[in-house]
Amino acid sequence: MASGSALDIHVRQVTKSYGAIVVLDRVDLDVRPGEFLTLLGPSGSGKTTLLMVLAGFTRPDSGSILFGEREVIRLAPHKRDLGMVFQNYALFPHMDVATNIGFPLRLRGVNSADIAKRVEAALEMVQLGGYGTRGVHELSGGQRQRVALARALVFEPRIILMDEPLSALDKQLRELMQLELRRLHEKLGTTTIYVTHDQREALTMSDRIAVINNGKVAQLDTPQHIYSKPKSRFVAEFIGESTFLNVTVTDGVCRYHDQVIKADGAPVQNGPCLLMIRPEQVLILDSAAQEGMNCFSGRIASRVFQGDTVRLEVQLSRGDAITLRIAANSAGLAAVPSDSETITLGLPIADTTLLLEEV
Amino acid sequence: MQRTPPTLPLSDDHSVALRKDQSAERWLMLSLAGPALLLVLVCMLLPVGWLFYLSFFTEDGAASLVNYRNLIEQPSYARIFRTTFEVSLLTTAICALVGYPLAYFLSQLPTRIANLCMIAVLLPFWTSLLVRTYAWLILLQRTGLINTWGIDLGLWSEPLPLVHNMTGTLIGMVHIMLPFVVLPLYNSMRTIDRSLIQAAANLGASPVQGFWRVFFPLSLPGLMAGSLVAFILCLGVYVTPAVLGGGKVIMVSSRIALDIDTFLNWGSASALGVVLLLLTFLLLLLASRLTKGLSLLGSGH
Repeated sequence: MASGSALDIHVRQVTKSYGAIVVLDRVDLDVRPGEFLTLLGPSGSGKTTLLMVLAGFTRPDSGSILFGEREVIRLAPHKRDLGMVFQNYALFPHMDVATNIGFPLRLRGVNSADIAKRVEAALEMVQLGGYGTRGVHELSGGQRQRVALARALVFEPRIILMDEPLSALDKQLRELMQLELRRLHEKLGTTTIYVTHDQREALTMSDRIAVINNGKVAQLDTPQHIYSKPKSRFVAEFIGESTFLNVTVTDGVCRYHDQVIKADGAPVQNGPCLLMIRPEQVLILDSAAQEGMNCFSGRIASRVFQGDTVRLEVQLSRGDAITLRIAANSAGLAAVPSDSETITLGLPIADTTLLLEEV
Repeated sequence: MQRTPPTLPLSDDHSVALRKDQSAERWLMLSLAGPALLLVLVCMLLPVGWLFYLSFFTEDGAASLVNYRNLIEQPSYARIFRTTFEVSLLTTAICALVGYPLAYFLSQLPTRIANLCMIAVLLPFWTSLLVRTYAWLILLQRTGLINTWGIDLGLWSEPLPLVHNMTGTLIGMVHIMLPFVVLPLYNSMRTIDRSLIQAAANLGASPVQGFWRVFFPLSLPGLMAGSLVAFILCLGVYVTPAVLGGGKVIMVSSRIALDIDTFLNWGSASALGVVLLLLTFLLLLLASRLTKGLSLLGSGH
């Protein structure tokens, strides 16, 4: 499918409120051409509203939206030329698969021979070749998902929107479809905006992730940066698991009680801060202390076997607890000390992340 | 040390008792329908059977097919049946035309407001049929409200013949039948997923295209159901054509009443009833075939 050059999207100061509830609060968002960008956030954060504003189904109160150079904020949905995959697929129940997929082509006045050809090609693309005459009701969830995808792609839109398209599928199928969507995106290179509340899905699929909270973009960055360098406690907590220790910065030096915490990266302003610790970043050290590490000592308070890892909770002498994970292989299990021992934990300086305490 | 529990020989697998429980449960459920079944038997099946039986006897009590022969041979009967179906069809068609936009409007409202509006639609249901019909008579007659106002406002100079004819009958019938069309239509429209309409728009359908290609086909089952109910109810209506038709619109029910009240001819009245019943069954059969055809075309949910 030779779609035209991919479009960039610019969202400027878009605001939407229902009565006193502000759903979108002066949102700015720039999507690069050909990018796979995920809007990630808890339910009620405004991510779906933002998508609906982009699709034209929800009229915002103010702001500007550019598709490429073109202002579209007042444009009717049917003139926006976007492909959209709905959460419940929204396949027309009174049409068979081929008629569903051919729907946008018929509206565009494509002749029937070309429609048949392009519908079959679209079905091949989503690996449903020969399913054209099936009724929508004869399809499984995963197949409906693919038909919805084929219908959104068949008219070669330059932007594709997806609203939690995989949320109704079971885990295995979801993971399969994630990879397939990724593969399709790489092949077509269409600008894609994807809404999900599943952080793992967002990390797997996206070029960049926009974490949305309370109608605002909390952070927009690559999956790696969102995970390892979150800008706020909200982002750190929403994506991945983490422990936070209260630390204080005075004169550019960070201290956990009287222990100096070394961190590279951006200097944090003076005052109370948070030290973020991801469970897989922490190591159990043999000796008391090591170079290049921030070290903590404590005792194991609990251990939970979770299949691929063992989750340990270590009670520090200061009263806080740090959660860490150890691979559940024989070497890893053998290395876990007994509960009574005092152990030393090391957090590599490279992994040490300080966050501003949120007001 | 681990011990496996000994496998005991099963002296009784309870299969007989379980089956008995199941059938007892089924009979209990059936007994709930008992009173209603009895009522249907006494008040419906027996009289209809009696009617059927009566239709094969003349006034003198001799067994014959004369009642049915009359139906075929006397042109007045053919006219009555034609009028009956004409009035029913027209009423149903007007109800569908008026009811569809109304149901559509209601289905697009927020549920709470739609429920309030629904009360307005249902209001006629709570008023006596006779009262409503006479109310129309007062409104529509030569010196009635509508004609007086129309002439006073200079819209027309002579009183319009709005009642004691087909027009009056249709106005009254539509008023009575409208809720029967609107209710199932509204319900079927409510179940149409809003995201389907959004999807149509997203794929490039203008609001008008989206309506005709997606919304309308999906609302057809509701329209069929409502129209069918209204049509069948129309076939048996007695009061409205009798009052508003002014003797010019004679439907089967009026003729049955005439046969019994005036001529005391039970046989002839019964034959009319039987034929109307059979024709109604035939139409129902046809309609169900038609809807099945429609759903094969792809309207089925």
